Amino acid sequence: MNTFLQLVLNGLGKGAVYALLALGFVIIFKATEVVNFAHGSLVLIGGYFVYATKDALGWVGAAALGIASAAIAALLMERLLISRATGADPNSLALLTIGVDVIVTEEIVRRLRADIPFIGDPYDAQAIQFAGLTVFRTQLVALIVGAVLLTAFFVAFRFSSWGVAMRAQAENREAAALMGIRSSRVTATAWLVAGALAGVAVLFMATQDFSGAGLGRGTHAIALIAFPAAILGGLDSTVGAVVGGLIVGLTEALSAQYISFEFSKSAVFLVMLIVLVIRPSGLFGTKELSRV
Amino acid sequence: MLSVRGLGVRYGRSVSALEGVDLEVATDSVVAVLGGNGAGKSTLLRAVSGTLGLHGGAITSGEIRFRDERIDRLDPAVVVRRGVVAVPEGRQVFARMTVEENLRAGGLGARSAADRTAARARVSELFPVLAERSGQRAGLLSGGEQQMLAIGRALMSGPSLLLLDEPSLGLAPQMIGRIARIVTEIHSQGTAVVLVEQNATMALQVADHAAVLEVGRIALAGPAEELAASNDVQRLYLGGHAESDEQAAAEVAQARSHRSARRLARWAG
Repeated sequence: MNTFLQLVLNGLGKGAVYALLALGFVIIFKATEVVNFAHGSLVLIGGYFVYATKDALGWVGAAALGIASAAIAALLMERLLISRATGADPNSLALLTIGVDVIVTEEIVRRLRADIPFIGDPYDAQAIQFAGLTVFRTQLVALIVGAVLLTAFFVAFRFSSWGVAMRAQAENREAAALMGIRSSRVTATAWLVAGALAGVAVLFMATQDFSGAGLGRGTHAIALIAFPAAILGGLDSTVGAVVGGLIVGLTEALSAQYISFEFSKSAVFLVMLIVLVIRPSGLFGTKELSRV
Repeated sequence: MLSVRGLGVRYGRSVSALEGVDLEVATDSVVAVLGGNGAGKSTLLRAVSGTLGLHGGAITSGEIRFRDERIDRLDPAVVVRRGVVAVPEGRQVFARMTVEENLRAGGLGARSAADRTAARARVSELFPVLAERSGQRAGLLSGGEQQMLAIGRALMSGPSLLLLDEPSLGLAPQMIGRIARIVTEIHSQGTAVVLVEQNATMALQVADHAAVLEVGRIALAGPAEELAASNDVQRLYLGGHAESDEQAAAEVAQARSHRSARRLARWAG
């Protein structure tokens, strides 16, 4: 029983990180209809700045800089590439993000040389015991940070003017423009927020607790697991992204323990396929709502 | 107030939707734009509100001025801030958002918080039903209620000129009468209105001026009463003067076949 509880807690911690990434995918998709395959490279950019500056700035300063740099990198991608391609098919833009992803990832891997640094200094590799359970501190901190950030996001999304503008534009771009909502501003903010969330996520991903591997190609591979999380939750649903993230985290943790570690990555995609067979638009993906 | 001069619009490289269109809207007036399907009515409104680009269209000639400022190259959001707001065809309310959230979205284009508060009071007075349904999802409202929400949402930014694209489309006759009264009320409160309609009977009742668009050109323009009395408009858009449906159909067919050669006699040229 204790093992199961430990797995659930650790799985939820990982799930919170996947939820942050999946939410980024979903926000960008809602704002621009583009599936951002460069999300993994945003993770690497954030992580790289933490690694490169933490000796000089201290971990907190470096983490703040990492988050900011991932956010700014996302904003630059949107301003320099996506927003200029007016009228382009979203599928072509998705392919464009693959190109950006390859270039950025290769450049960061080249800069890291043989290093695969861990960047979760304050919490990594310090498991904690309570009530007979052993929990990774990284996963616990990730769960708390994820809960705070996701709650803040949903409050803003539901109640703030930014949230109303964002939802209006996601639903009907023309009607939103006719309401005086500045499309380019909404889109730019969406990329900025998604980039910042990726910058936060990497602080937990490149750790011994989370993956046993430091910042590098492995981190990029883990970031891609957020993609099935977003899809199984429903690519246009913010709630779906969070639920999808948690399902992926739990699936990975439980299947690694009860089936095999090697199987755990396939298990995530298997769950995604099963969900899509039953609900093609994902668990919370919206269908047309209309009065008949 | 609004002045459209020599406007030409194309979709893609070859489809010409408007050619040499002129339209004047005076302050404090209601102007009806009539015409059949494909005449270019919605295109005209898109050009004024700046949303042609979203439909693959572009202005090829002419200019649009609002209060002497050119608005034909502005972003739609900027056009709204200048005081020109459109209610698109098919209402296009935000179906997944509540009535309250739709109105809030409409208020995002307001110039100040005070304008927003004043607009909110005006919308509540004009459409008490929206207050009753405030927590309901807009997609679940009836067609008439959705139209009221679309108009109320547009009024939330406190426009000086309201553009309405076929507000009567798909509504029951009783609801059409109600919408007509609402348009009159909005006008009496000091907002100018451009009313694009296929329902000429309704449009000519509430408008003081009207123009008829035919295949992308203004075929007819003048005071609404004069147009309502004209034989051409009676025959083509109001269904009058016919002894039977067959005769009406025959007259419409005959009129259409002569149109290219003759144009609408009195106002052509």
